[in-house]
Amino acid sequence: MRSDPVDFALRAPGTLELVLSMLASEPGTWLPISGGTDVMVQYAAGKLSSRQLVSIWNLAELRGIEVLPDEIRIGAGCTYTELREHEVISREFPLLARAARWTGGVANQNRGTLGGNIANASPGADSLPALLAYEAELVLVSVRGERRISYVGFHTGYKKMRMELDELIRVVSLPRRFSGYFQYSRKVGARNAQAISKVCLAALGRIRDGFMEDVRISLGSVAPVPIRLTDIEQILKGRRIEPALVDLAKMKVATAIRPIDDIRSNARYRAAVAANLVAEFLTQLVNSGTLA
Amino acid sequence: MIGNSKRPGKCEVSLTVNGEPKTVRVYPMERLLDVLRLELGLTGTKEGCGEGECGSCSVVMDGKLVNSCLIPALQVAGATLTTIEGLALGPRLTALQAAFLKCGGAQCGICTPGMILASRQLLDKKPKPTLEEIREGLSGNLCRCTGYMQIFEAVMEAASGNSQ
Repeated sequence: MRSDPVDFALRAPGTLELVLSMLASEPGTWLPISGGTDVMVQYAAGKLSSRQLVSIWNLAELRGIEVLPDEIRIGAGCTYTELREHEVISREFPLLARAARWTGGVANQNRGTLGGNIANASPGADSLPALLAYEAELVLVSVRGERRISYVGFHTGYKKMRMELDELIRVVSLPRRFSGYFQYSRKVGARNAQAISKVCLAALGRIRDGFMEDVRISLGSVAPVPIRLTDIEQILKGRRIEPALVDLAKMKVATAIRPIDDIRSNARYRAAVAANLVAEFLTQLVNSGTLA
Repeated sequence: MIGNSKRPGKCEVSLTVNGEPKTVRVYPMERLLDVLRLELGLTGTKEGCGEGECGSCSVVMDGKLVNSCLIPALQVAGATLTTIEGLALGPRLTALQAAFLKCGGAQCGICTPGMILASRQLLDKKPKPTLEEIREGLSGNLCRCTGYMQIFEAVMEAASGNSQ
């Protein structure tokens, strides 16, 4: 049933410091809301976990994209539109730029934020496989200060994450060392826009002298959290891409994922598509090697 | 927060709508869509799905297309909004609106205000869009009547300047 606004509190204190002190004084009470593209949907459906919300939309301390020599620091409050229009992200981090372009439509991209996508923790979130492939790090902030952690392992189970109740995601940091890699991503959904993925893939690879020097493959919507196929990566590294190896990788995908049946797809279809996407990436990676 | 935290009551929100300053007393979690329709009488903005999927409730907030069903009232404090009512000057339609009329880019009309605002946002960024860019620019707006082709033609028409 639809929520009644009479029953809900929303505050917009206007600075990060004030928001953090609210989160610290009553841990777990105040639900942060940024662009609202997930929170307001749950609100409309009467499924919000809290009746007290605090707005973090447009907080200056969460905005901005800082390009440093070794990394790019993306404010967690940056919108998808800002990500896809950013020159360095488009050029060096196409997996993230494309994920931003594939999420929702123009209006949702103008409001949805990268930090919100992480904190909402949907297994089908389009940006998360890209963050896994790039080995992103997160800067979390609370009244106790900041701490920097790896995004790998941040999501520990369905909608569960390694973040305290008084913390916010402040920055998403991506290392710039992958710009020379072949970068490949695919989203399989009911339609191009406004659809949540049935399966999505983000992958990086580099071929040297015909052999896979490095390879990183991440998948979304095939497990309770976005996953990286590290076991398969280990099998592939140092090998030449040949049909038998592609078949082996496809077979291994089935054991690495835990897809489910839900309103968007079913486990069998997801498993088949996930394996095909991995094979497609490897085939394209071979071609990238011959071109280079 | 003391005592009545569960029933926080209404707050005052000031904003600019279609060039006019407005102040409304609303609950902070009221949807912008409802503020526009019920408080300000601007019923040109339509409710379709109410969950950010269909684009019928699109308005322009601080220069950006947004779904008004997903925006709580408190977050529009100080914002500048354009709704479909803010485009035409009296009886004089904008070229984009005239193009929608000319090309038959509307049937039932529920999606039309959102389609026109999304088209305007696209044309502001890309005055001469390709068909592919039009498709992407309008991909967040669903129409269940026209099959989209007349809508795309209307945007092309407006971009060509023939509807001035």
